[in-house]
Order: sequence, then C-alpha cells, then structure tokens
Amino acid sequence: MRTLILKTASDYLLPILLLFSIFILLRGHYLPGGGFVGGLMASIAFVLHAFANGLKDTKKLLKFHPGFLMPAGLLLSFLSGLLPVILQDAAFMTGLWLENPIPVIGSIGTALFFDVGVYIVVLGVTLTIIFTISESA
Amino acid sequence: MLLAILIGFFAALSQLLFGKFMKGKLSILLSLVPLAFFIFFVQYIPAIAAGEIVTAKHTWVSSFGVDLDLRLDGLALLFSLMITGIGTLVFIYTSAYLKNHPMLDRFYGYLFIFMAAMLGLVLSDNFLAMFIFWELTSISSFFLIGFNNTNPDSRKSALTALSITGIGGLLFLAGGLLLGEVTGTYQISQMISQNELLVNHSLYVLTVALIFGAAFTKSAQFPFHFWLPGAMKAPTPVSTYLHSATMVKAGIYLLFRLSPVLGNSDFWNNTLLIVGGITMLYAAFHTLFRTDLKGILAYSTIAALGILTFLIGLGTKESFIAAAVFILVHALYKATLFLMTGAIDLYTGTRDVTKLSGLHKVMLPIAIAGGLAAISNAGIPPSIGFIGKDLIYESTLHFRHNATLLTTLAILTNILIGYAGYVAGVKPFIGRTPTGLEKVTFPHPAIWIPPVILGVLGFVFGLFPSLVEASLIKPIVATTGVDTSDIHIKLWHGFNTVLGLSAITIISGIALYFIWKPNATKRYFIQRFDKLSPKFIIETLADWFESFSDLWTRIFQNGYLRNYITVIVVFLISLVAFTLLNNTTYQIDYSSFSKLTIYEVVSLCIMILAIGFAVFTKSRLAAVAATGVMGYSICLFFVFYSAPDLAMTQFAIDTLTVILFVLVLYKLPRYLNLSDYKTRVKDGIIAIAFGGLVSILALEVLAQPQNNEISSYYAENAYVLAHGKNVVNVILVDFRGIDTMVEISVLAIAAIGVFGLLKLRLKSEERKQQ
Repeated sequence: MRTLILKTASDYLLPILLLFSIFILLRGHYLPGGGFVGGLMASIAFVLHAFANGLKDTKKLLKFHPGFLMPAGLLLSFLSGLLPVILQDAAFMTGLWLENPIPVIGSIGTALFFDVGVYIVVLGVTLTIIFTISESA
Repeated sequence: MLLAILIGFFAALSQLLFGKFMKGKLSILLSLVPLAFFIFFVQYIPAIAAGEIVTAKHTWVSSFGVDLDLRLDGLALLFSLMITGIGTLVFIYTSAYLKNHPMLDRFYGYLFIFMAAMLGLVLSDNFLAMFIFWELTSISSFFLIGFNNTNPDSRKSALTALSITGIGGLLFLAGGLLLGEVTGTYQISQMISQNELLVNHSLYVLTVALIFGAAFTKSAQFPFHFWLPGAMKAPTPVSTYLHSATMVKAGIYLLFRLSPVLGNSDFWNNTLLIVGGITMLYAAFHTLFRTDLKGILAYSTIAALGILTFLIGLGTKESFIAAAVFILVHALYKATLFLMTGAIDLYTGTRDVTKLSGLHKVMLPIAIAGGLAAISNAGIPPSIGFIGKDLIYESTLHFRHNATLLTTLAILTNILIGYAGYVAGVKPFIGRTPTGLEKVTFPHPAIWIPPVILGVLGFVFGLFPSLVEASLIKPIVATTGVDTSDIHIKLWHGFNTVLGLSAITIISGIALYFIWKPNATKRYFIQRFDKLSPKFIIETLADWFESFSDLWTRIFQNGYLRNYITVIVVFLISLVAFTLLNNTTYQIDYSSFSKLTIYEVVSLCIMILAIGFAVFTKSRLAAVAATGVMGYSICLFFVFYSAPDLAMTQFAIDTLTVILFVLVLYKLPRYLNLSDYKTRVKDGIIAIAFGGLVSILALEVLAQPQNNEISSYYAENAYVLAHGKNVVNVILVDFRGIDTMVEISVLAIAAIGVFGLLKLRLKSEERKQQ
C-alpha cells in the first residue's frame, strides 16, 4: 500500500489530523466531541501514517512505545479526580473550575483534565493493539 | 491478649525480613517469644482460679458482627498454656532439629503464624473471628506438613489435610452462621443462656451436624481420621506441636466449648459417643499393625482424640472432669513421645521400631523421657496418666445407661493405647544394642531437655494434683456451667472397682506388649484391607470429582472462539427468551413511531445489501469491508436521530475495526476453509434468533412507561453544575466520571492482554528457534 501520493499526503495529514483531534477533544464540552472520539481520531492519524510510511517510521516518530501512554493517561484522569479531595476536602471527582475562561481553550476545570486523560488512554490502547497485531500477524 | 496474637503474626512477618540473620545459632532466641507469652498467661492463673473471667473487646467489622471479643476462661487458659508452653519447647527443639536447614526461617515463620492463629482460636468469643483463626490454623498446618516440598508424598499429604480440614472449615462457618441466626448473637458466652431455645429449634439437627463436621475433620475423628497419619510427613516438631498437642485438639475444644450451648440432647450425646467410640477403638486397634514410630503415635493420637470426643459425649460432670484432665495428660505424654521419636530419627536415621533397640546406652536422657511418657501413657501410678485413666473409668461406670459396655470400650482402648506407648517409649531403648547403633552421637541439649521437662511434668502433676486442680481443672469444668466446689482430684482413691479396672488395664497392656511383636508381615496384613478404609473411599470420590471437572472443562473450555461465542449467545438467548415468554404482553404502540423518510429507506437498503454480501461472499476481506459498510450505515441512523456524539464515535470505531480485521486477515492464507452447509444454517438460526430477540427487547423497552427524571436532571444541571453544554460529554466526564474511569482501565487491561498474548508468544517462539 505504499504509494508516493499517500506518503506525501500523510506527512501533512498527520499534524492536521492530530490538531483536529485536539480540537474535537476541547470542543466536547459544548458541542459533540470529547476525549474518547478525540483519542480515536488521533490514533487513526497515526495508523494512516503507518500505512503510508511503514510501521518502523511511525514508531521512530513516536520515539516511545504507545503502551506507556496508558498508565500516563490513567494517572492523569485519576489525579484530576483526586485533586478536589486534596484541595478542598470534597468528594472524589467533584468538579472544580477556574472562574474565568481562557481564550481558545475555554473554561478550565478538573473535568477537562479528566477528558485529556481519557484521550491519552484511548490513543495508547488503540495504538498498542494495532501495532502489536500488525507486528506479529 | 490481642497484643499476644498480633505479636505472633508480626513475628511471622519479621521472619521475612530478618529470617536470614536468625537462621544460624541465633534461632534458639526465637523461643523467647512463646516463652514470654507463656509467662504472660501464667500470670492469669490466680485470677482464673478465683473464678474470674478476663475479657477484652476490640471492635473489628461490627457491621457484620465480626468483633475480636477475647475471653480468657479456664478452658482458654489451659489451651493457651499448652500452646505457649509446648510451643516454647518445640521452638527450642527445632533450633537443633532443623539446624542449618536452608529454609529454617520459613519454618519458624509458619510456626509463628500457627501459634498466633491457635491462640486467637481459643481466645475468641466471637464465632466468626474464631472461624478466621480456625482457617488460619488449617492453612499454616498445610504449609508445615508440606514443608519438605521436594517430596511428592509430603505435598500430597499436605493437600489431603488441607482438603479435609478445609471442608471442615466451611462447615464451621455454615454452622456458626446458623447459630448466629437462631440466637441473634455471635458471642458464644451469650449463646449459653439460649440452650433450650436451640435444642428445640427446627434447625438444631442441621446446626449440630455442621458443627460436628467441623470438629470431626479437625480432630481426625472416624471417618475423617486418615489425614492425620499422612500429616506425619511433616518434620517431627510439627507433629509434636500441631498434630498431637494443640491443633488437632481444636475440634475437641470446639465441642467442649459448645457443650453448654448445643449439648443436653440425645442427638448431641449419642452421636459423640458413637463417633468417639468407633474412632478410639478403630485407631487403637490400628496401632497393633504399625512399625513406624510416628505411625504408631499418629494412631494412638487419633485414639486419644476419640476418647476425648467420647467423654464429651457422655456429657456428665464427671466426664467433663475426665476430659479436662485427659487433654492435659495427653498433651504432656504425647508431645514427649513425639520429641523422643524425632531425636531417635535424627540420630539413628530410622523410625522403624523393629530395627531399634538398646538405645539407652547412647541416649540415656531420651530413654528416660520415653520411659516416663510411656508410664504416664499407660496410666501407671504415680503419673498424672493414672489419674486421667481413673477419671475416665469413673465417668463411664457412673453413666446412666450401658455403663458396662462403655467401660469395656474404654478399657479395651486404654489397653491398646498402653501397648502403643510401650512400643514407642520403651522398646527402642531396652535390650541389646544392634551393631551400627552403638556409635550414635549423644543428642544436643536442645533435643533432650524439652522431652525430659515434659516427661517429668507428667509425674509432678501426678504426685501433686492440687497443682492443677484449682488453677485449671475447676475453671475448665466451670465453663460447662456446673458447680465445681466438690471437685477433688486425688492420686489415691482407696481400693475400689476403678482401681481394679486400672490394674487390669495396666497388666493386660504389659502382657500384650510381650506377646504381640510388631513386624512387617502384620503391617502387610492390614494393608490388604486398605480398599475398605475411609481414606480409600474418600480419595476415590475425590478422583471422580476431578475427572468430572476435567470432562466438564473439556466440554466448555475447548479453545475454539466460535464455540465460546455460540455458548454465550445461546445461553443469553434462552435466558432472555424465557423471561420474555413469561412476563411480557407484546404491545407495540405504532402511534409513537415516526414516519419513514427516504434517507432511512436508502440506508436500510444499503444495510441489507451489505449483510447479504457479507454472508455469501467467498473472500474474507470483502466480508470485513461489508461489515464496515454496515457500521457506517448505523452511524447514519445515529445522525438522523440526532445523536452526533454516538455517530462520531461509532464512525471512528468502525474505521479502526476494519483496519484491525484487515491487518489480521491480510496475513492469513488465501485458502478459505468455508464451513459446511449445516454449520452455516445453525449459525444463521442462532444469529437471527439473537437479532430478533434484541429487536423485541428494544420494542418492549419502548413500550415501558418512561422515567424522564434522570435525563431531565442531567439536562438541567449540565451547565449549572458542570459548566458544559454538551450533556453527553458532561455525563461521561463529570456526572458518571467514575464509570468512565473504570472503562478506560478496562480498555488498558485489554490492550495489555493483547500485547501479552501476542508478544510473549512471539518471544517463546523465537527462543525455540534459537
């Protein structure tokens, strides 16, 4: 499936798709989107790159095994839930928000970090599964 | 008291960290722990003798009725003293017996666990807390029996012991729960007042049967006795400590403890009399045919446990006195005999009684200990064994019915037990020293001092019975709720029937010893009856059970993914269909349906075409692509019915699924092994049934009256509480965030599973190639 056109296109598509996935992630708060879909899209971006350039190049690009994203994302989600317990002695996963929204990103709160955690886990899981299977099959 | 139990467990844990430093000569220092406990419990003797009961309450899991209510009365004190006292001697003995053993630290760790658990068992007043300690003793016993874990026999014996006592543990729990249900409390001390209620309750027989099951398995009563001779594979200190002096008496302890709670009924007394009677005669008879020292002692221990069950079954005040004294008597002489056996085994390398004789020349202190124990065992004055035996005869003679029969049984058993004592405690030491045994080294002090102490104690208590009378025996009998002021334990009762019976027992025992010589022929003779023994029958049953579960597993765990899915789906269909057929009205409200649009019709057509193509195509890749088309069409439906979030996710997932499928299928061989016609029809029927069922289910759900409370709550509060306008996302990351948290964890686990399955398999294949 290595064609020059796809290869050239994927070099540009990868950053655009990744940006788009982050857009979807942040958008999720007000409009359809969110961490889960965002993570899936980001992994599709990488899978597309792998199709065009071969798995080795994609792995080189990533620099680390995607499996490490899973604990990182889980930890981020967990800590975002733990934060209110530490800061305000509130129940686990109470939503905390900054008073003023930040331009571009919007309101910032623990739920956002939670969603980012979901994004990272989904990306890690999908890439781990697909990379493992395509390597061994 | 709680501290004592906890220190025991901590000492066990500390063996993990510091065990390496304690393995050498320092290991004897570990016996300071049980010694300290012994001194601690000795302090309570005056208080207990004065009739006090020491209690300590510690809440644990009160909501389930599990509390550490510790209660030290006479019975608990006797056991605590035995556990810590004999424990101290066993700890000292072990330091020499297993000197330089590479796993000595582990051994001490298990011993500590056992000691702490056993203390917890006898001190707990709460039935459920007692259950936990009861199980802990079984588990530590398992590890100790299987201590020589390179020996398959040892492992098998450990497993047998664990299965038998483990089943008993479950019965214990069940019995305890029933007791708690009927009486409304788990505290044994509070159950006593409800004896009448219990005895007349409809669940009485079941409760008692369960408790008996627990006690009989633990205390090796017929027909569950066979794990005990097997347990003799353990190192001798373990046999001494667990399998003669303390753990096996846990069942007796339980029966004694519950006598005032569940006793006073014919069912209770007669069952105990019959089981105890059979056990004591059966086991005592078996000692005649054994040549292994430990084997003889194992059967004589079972016989002694039988006597104790029998005495508790008599249920009179005299029998309780006899039982209390006999527990102490037996612990003293049997521990001595076991320690002596260990010493002989260690220094001569054999336990075969036919090969041993004349050892007094090389190990005099051991010979003295063995002799003392044999005398106490046979009940020859002035040992405490004499008092114990007299009390047994007194209680059988004065029983309200069948006094002659019961007394005869007791005499027969005692003659045989006496014989076993002579064979074990006297025979190895007298006579001519055979060649090869002359140059046996003199035992280490840590080996000969413990049995001598125990042997001498048996005589001290015999000569001065007042030492134990007020301090132990009276408080123990008091736990059964009778008046104890008129109890007097004496060595000399004057000339009466009991003395005559005693004389008959002693003389017959000695005569039997001279007439009957144990040898291998006799052992083979009894082995011919092994096929009739409970051991063989229960092992056969266990084998059947094993092959049955093997068969069952082979049917269901056959390794074919398609079969697993078929089983799961068919089971689900039958389960849901059963419910649907029974309680559904099948009303479809057509008016609530929206009108068909052209978009829906088109997507539906695409779906039907895709299904047909997927089912009938001969190419795997084409089939996968067709299922992808199906997925995208479903996405369209989500879009039509305003669920953009779902549509987006479904779209991404479907894309990835197709990619995954292609990745896997791409590498498969081109050759297609299509399933035959029959299988296809079968699969088709299952698939249609499942699809139909889901459709019916969906329609049914629509027909149910809807509860909008939750969804309107989410819709109203999404922005107010969670600053989000997309309700779906707010639910996912905020309202039901913990669900999402668990879901992503599951995802991560699945990914690790895939990684592990494929990568580890690859590595092992690579290794093979190298």
